[in-house]
Amino acid sequence: MTALASTTAGRFRMPGFSTIMLIVGLVFLYLPMFILVVYSFNASRLVTVWAGFSTKWYLELFQDERLMGAVWTSLRIAFYTASTAVVSGTISAFVLDRFGKFRGRMAFNSMLTAPLVMPDVITGLSLLLLFVTMSDLLGWPAERGMLTIWIAHVTFSTAYVAVVVGSRLREVDRSIEEAAMDLGATPLQTFFLITIPTIAPALAAGWLLAFTLSLDDLVIASFVSGPGSTTLPMVVFSSVRLGISPKINAMATLMILVVSLAAFVGWWSMRRSDRERRASLARFG
Amino acid sequence: MSNLMTKGAPAPERVDALRAQWGRRLVLGVPYLWLLLFFLVPFMIVVKISFATAEIAIPPYSSIVEYMDEVLTFNLNMGNYLFLADDEMYLQAYLTSIKLALVATFFCLMLGYPMAYAMARASGRRQSLLLMLVLLPSWTSFLIRIYAWMGILKNNGLLNNLLMWCGLIDQPLQVLNTNIAVYVGIVYAYLPFMVLPIYANLTQLDKSLLEAANDLGCRPWETFFQVTLQLSKGGIIAGCMLVFIPAVGEYVIPELLGGPESLMIGKVLWQEFFNNRDWPLASALAMIMLLILCLPIAFFNRQQVKQLEVSL
Repeated sequence: MTALASTTAGRFRMPGFSTIMLIVGLVFLYLPMFILVVYSFNASRLVTVWAGFSTKWYLELFQDERLMGAVWTSLRIAFYTASTAVVSGTISAFVLDRFGKFRGRMAFNSMLTAPLVMPDVITGLSLLLLFVTMSDLLGWPAERGMLTIWIAHVTFSTAYVAVVVGSRLREVDRSIEEAAMDLGATPLQTFFLITIPTIAPALAAGWLLAFTLSLDDLVIASFVSGPGSTTLPMVVFSSVRLGISPKINAMATLMILVVSLAAFVGWWSMRRSDRERRASLARFG
Repeated sequence: MSNLMTKGAPAPERVDALRAQWGRRLVLGVPYLWLLLFFLVPFMIVVKISFATAEIAIPPYSSIVEYMDEVLTFNLNMGNYLFLADDEMYLQAYLTSIKLALVATFFCLMLGYPMAYAMARASGRRQSLLLMLVLLPSWTSFLIRIYAWMGILKNNGLLNNLLMWCGLIDQPLQVLNTNIAVYVGIVYAYLPFMVLPIYANLTQLDKSLLEAANDLGCRPWETFFQVTLQLSKGGIIAGCMLVFIPAVGEYVIPELLGGPESLMIGKVLWQEFFNNRDWPLASALAMIMLLILCLPIAFFNRQQVKQLEVSL
């Protein structure tokens, strides 16, 4: 820390030490993934020996019916989870931000934020025991599968969506909502016509976050799933446990490609809308 | 704050006020009930089952409350907890988990803080790019990122090949299946969770305070330790909790990267549950883990609440 550059009044120079650490950190984050991508094109089964360029692992990947079935299951669960969690997370964030003090606010907030840090094994175990007890007492859910995974995923994704949407809700200019109310809009109308459009980017971000969280979850899904509902992480895990497999490298590469593309498009469109907003502000301000 | 929902209350139409009130209750009630049912109630069931006895049945545990011949009996089995206290392996697993999580959190902070610091000082346009770069890896599969390290740390993996090629070692180093690999895995997987809250905190830092310290004759490193570091305490605590608490219960990382010495409690719980089918013992393990994590979780929650109060 001693290498911090001097701060001349008002100007803040990038201190050498932290910049170097940032670069080191980014290399640390990206190098393993880069290696993964490179070796997915390796002709050899041995991941450490380079035996020439080949795309045969991609072909093998698409011919693996078990894996493809799991991809489909996971995508469906993730879609349902994200769509539900966006609604529940937004309502929760709205309640916390706009309802002021109400009885049980602390408890509500604690229950909402605890899943952010709760170890997966505890969440998975407790939800499984709930489902078992419920089917014992009520006869529902009759069997565990996609439905129970969906419930479990919604429960923890809601917390993440609430954080993303909540931070945006706190930033929005509330006078527009108040103006709408003064002009006779009901709270419900105000919410759908004013609040929702202003927080739309956060809703999109929250949806994507819930989608990836659901797609990524291994531990909770392993606890609450039943026969016939094997998700992608479960298949990947069972094959990775046995060692390195180039097929998994190929799948990882495709996943990294899709995510980077989506992230880049998101970042680019956000930057463009930001620039447009600034331009229009400059014109009228 | 002005309360939006009750603003219409003094209006002459009492029906509207009543409707607003009920609307408010409904909006509040649905997520509340969901969380109660799927978050709080499950924990109570875990408590209950941790006092049951394992049986070969479906579900594989005895019932606690029995009503037979007009007699209500509670069968509380303390055996699971006594068994855990008796067997050194479990105590060792708890201690190992805490140690591994603590050390990994420390390294995460040492790497994450300067990263967040550099990000917060970058120009506006570069900030959003850097933020995306730090977050991007956590959007790809967690499992895949841990798997990537298996290929690097193996005995005949890339790291050993590189070191041998450089002539630094003649024999491959055993890194995979040791605690070092677990540290690397935790730091790698959780780094964004450390950087994000600290970065968010540092961007809100009032820069005039730094100027004041500077004008009053503080050296740059004094300013850093006495002003910046003190003011970013909230971010540091949030980041450390976001890494430490899930890391204690981590299952995938010790399973894939760790060895016999890195027996963490999440892995033990998993084995008791899936391999031995001893649900009551797994529940007892979870309860004790929760007790250990109670304090850090409460701490994290308080920090979140504080953040919320500031914004209100």
